[in-house]
Amino acid sequence: MTYSRDEFLITTIARLLETPDVRHVAVGAASPIPGAAALLARKVNGGTPRVSLIHGKATNPFCDGGREIFDAAGQGRIDVFFLGGVQIDGQANLNLVGTGEYPTVDKRFSGSFGSAFMYFTVPKVILFRPEHSRRVFVPKVDFISAPGVSDPDVYRPGGPKYLVTELCVMSFNRDVGRFKLESVTPGRTVEEVLDNTGFEIDVPENVPETPAPEEERLALLRSTVGVEVADTYPAFAKDVLGVDVAA
Amino acid sequence: MTNYLNDVEELAQHVPDGALLALPPEYSFVPMALVRAIIRKGVKDLHILTVPINGLAADMLIGAGCVKTVECAAVSLGEAGPAPRFGAAVESRSIKIIDSTCPAIHTGLQATEKGVPFMPLAGIIGSDLLKYRDDWKVVDDPMGQGNGRIVLIPAINPDVAIIHSPLADRDGNVWIGRRRELATIAHAAKTLLVTVEKIQDESLLASEATAAGTLPGFYVTALARAEMGAKPLGLVDHYAPDADEIATYAHEARSEEGFNAYMQRNVFGAQEAAE
Repeated sequence: MTYSRDEFLITTIARLLETPDVRHVAVGAASPIPGAAALLARKVNGGTPRVSLIHGKATNPFCDGGREIFDAAGQGRIDVFFLGGVQIDGQANLNLVGTGEYPTVDKRFSGSFGSAFMYFTVPKVILFRPEHSRRVFVPKVDFISAPGVSDPDVYRPGGPKYLVTELCVMSFNRDVGRFKLESVTPGRTVEEVLDNTGFEIDVPENVPETPAPEEERLALLRSTVGVEVADTYPAFAKDVLGVDVAA
Repeated sequence: MTNYLNDVEELAQHVPDGALLALPPEYSFVPMALVRAIIRKGVKDLHILTVPINGLAADMLIGAGCVKTVECAAVSLGEAGPAPRFGAAVESRSIKIIDSTCPAIHTGLQATEKGVPFMPLAGIIGSDLLKYRDDWKVVDDPMGQGNGRIVLIPAINPDVAIIHSPLADRDGNVWIGRRRELATIAHAAKTLLVTVEKIQDESLLASEATAAGTLPGFYVTALARAEMGAKPLGLVDHYAPDADEIATYAHEARSEEGFNAYMQRNVFGAQEAAE
């Protein structure tokens, strides 16, 4: 069965959510691929993990205002959250603010959102940035919205665990503050990953291929899970998964 | 007593130059008709606070020259892309930017709700946000419970907050449903201006089902009807966002000339004045 890049990324992320430590996945604004991945993981695992999409209606459980997701994370009630970055460096520092010297930036982006809190409090943060280039993966970010690692005297139960791009999956070791290559997208190479990464990473002798999407999961994505995705992301469900709820 | 006004133009008179103005998030109940009236009034030097993020309203106010300072966790048009006038204003240094993070804005407002001067918040330490926030303090856990350093966020007390809602009654009570951040904003602000789709005779407090989602009238300074008052943004269960219109804005506002033409047509034009 053929599949699109976005479907590949969805099934790749879904596999990272299928461990016993993942009981509750929260997904922030405008994140259709992580959102679809969480809904797919829930479907294939009989209702686990719990999935909370903050901009959904029936898929959004938060009833106590914008602060509730942060309060829940602060208490340890959220196990997985997704973050990205305009720039990400080898210590997993994230920049969501802009490039150039702050505050007189060359190019301004939206802002840090909740990253400076969620990165500290959610145990398994998955960094998701499809574009894999030296523009994104820089030696050092121009502005640290949220740091990848912290001093021992800073309360920090959470932090980065994985990085998913269109080229590969990396894991992050918080003790040494380094990424390690876990698997490479079918048809791409370790060299390509290294050429497009502006910092050093650990590369094991044998790097497996990231599995292609499983057929039964693609079928679910394009049917029942797609309908759930459409509750929050109707345009994405239609364009990427071919599920048109308006039709 | 809540002051019932005729329209958004009268409400806009309650927004003085230089005010600290709190704006609700894009996914909540944003009073776009009132924002357009504030722009028509020509308010200057606003310090806008996005709670905790905003998009179209902030971008239009910035582009129209109403804003001196933006305090935000993010300004973005969401799926329609970056907020063009916000980006241009920060890059050209024509506004002052105070970068924050979502829970810090909620926490500052919660401190005001409780009448305390500050509240602690986990995280943030090691972020460059801290370097540029002289008003945030880092202290050692004062309770001595071995939790290390922690950030203190000062109370935020907006001069004016503005919200939209589907429904109010005759006693100034306003239905906000589960958009509880609007309650936080209201509790923390000195003045609250509200636009509503509809005003009903029956008290919202008469039934527990509506009372649970009601902001009581003693927080509401002034109120006016504005039908379709969140457009082109959406109002959940009432109307969807007008994605085409938001995309048109996102495209035209990429240049100052395009922005001015858009605003002339949609904010200062005959169509809006006839509303």
